[in-house]
Amino acid sequence: MIAIIDYKMGNLRSVENALHRLGAEFCVTADHDVIRRADRVLLPGVGNAAEAMENLNAAGLPPVIRRLRCPVLGICVGMQVMCRDSEEGNVPCIGLFDAHVRRFVPQPELKVPHMGWNVLGNTEGKLFAGVPRGSYVYFVHSYYPTLCPDTIATTTHGVMFSAALKYENFYGTQFHPEKSGDVGEMILKNFLNL
Amino acid sequence: MVAKRIIPCLDVREGRTVKGVHFVDLRDVGDAVELGQHYARSGADELVYLDISATQEGRNTFTRLVERIADGINIPFTVGGGISSLDDAARLLDAGADKISINSAAIADPTLIDRIASRYGSQFLVLAIDARCGEDDVWRATTHGGRRPSDKELFSWAREGQERGAGEILFTSMNHDGTRNGYPCETFAALADALSIPIIASGGAGSVQDIADVLTRGRADAALAASIFHFGEISVADLKNQLRQLNINVR
Repeated sequence: MIAIIDYKMGNLRSVENALHRLGAEFCVTADHDVIRRADRVLLPGVGNAAEAMENLNAAGLPPVIRRLRCPVLGICVGMQVMCRDSEEGNVPCIGLFDAHVRRFVPQPELKVPHMGWNVLGNTEGKLFAGVPRGSYVYFVHSYYPTLCPDTIATTTHGVMFSAALKYENFYGTQFHPEKSGDVGEMILKNFLNL
Repeated sequence: MVAKRIIPCLDVREGRTVKGVHFVDLRDVGDAVELGQHYARSGADELVYLDISATQEGRNTFTRLVERIADGINIPFTVGGGISSLDDAARLLDAGADKISINSAAIADPTLIDRIASRYGSQFLVLAIDARCGEDDVWRATTHGGRRPSDKELFSWAREGQERGAGEILFTSMNHDGTRNGYPCETFAALADALSIPIIASGGAGSVQDIADVLTRGRADAALAASIFHFGEISVADLKNQLRQLNINVR
């Protein structure tokens, strides 16, 4: 069973719909035991990283997530809270990925939020199996995870940042695979097949 | 670099898409999900569904339709038309919309922008501005599909919208909408100077060159169009190929 962690950070509907299109069975839960027993765990999230950490802490979830041994995928803010810390509210995060989360500094010709389709570079590993070079994926964010030894894909918006991260069984994407068309579906399918 | 987006706009009345022609790969061009999937396959970067229903029944049907769209389409989509409260926003978010666009209701009560953005995030909110340039050379926002003038000046209203939390501005020139003579590129470029959030250009596209111009000279981040796609004059894929040949960064 796939567990989608519900920690009250935005709508989970699009992730649910994407799994539904892939024919995968899932449950939406904040129950520690259900999450521990799952064979795949998704941590989606839209919104503010400080609020996300507050909600995770209130639900006692960070130690549960840290101890998971199955493949775990954080998406967008769900990925950011798995980094070391975030400039958004200056909060310490779960600390699985070695990246820091920084704010894009607006410049002329550099829109913030970074919104829309951008190119994946330097992809490595099974998550991107079969994903053609130069594929575009969909981003919406104002904060980005820095490059680090856990980076498994990069994208550039003013600065080059981690579009995806991997540490042991933990994966994260700053982009939204559930909204990234056929390429996104392939990445989600790869995650389910890890 | 983030790609320029091409966004087909679909009008929905009483639960059915209108203005469509028959595409060869579609059984039912009036079906919003099928038509949306057709555009997604053709390379559309996002979709906008605009509810133009005149009845309450039609608006209820639209919410159920949004659920089907969310289940059937794997690219982002925005819904608009008649959204006037936080409850409307919540209902469409729950149905699975990625973004909503608001227009007249934000002019009537600008705090609606703050309330929606602080509850659901800026990424969820597009502020649509239908503006007309008057004889005094001042662009003023209009409401009710351009029928009613307002006292909001385009640039200050767009900046106010950004400050209140809108994530994008969808600007339609009512002087150009429907003319198919192109966009007011200088005005778009001035708007790009005034804002840090993305700008979607709408209304006026008659040719590929018009779209290319607003994305380059007009510095718009995205172009929204309806009739040139619906009437089958050009497919999204062909448009993007031609834009690519003009060195415009598209997906």
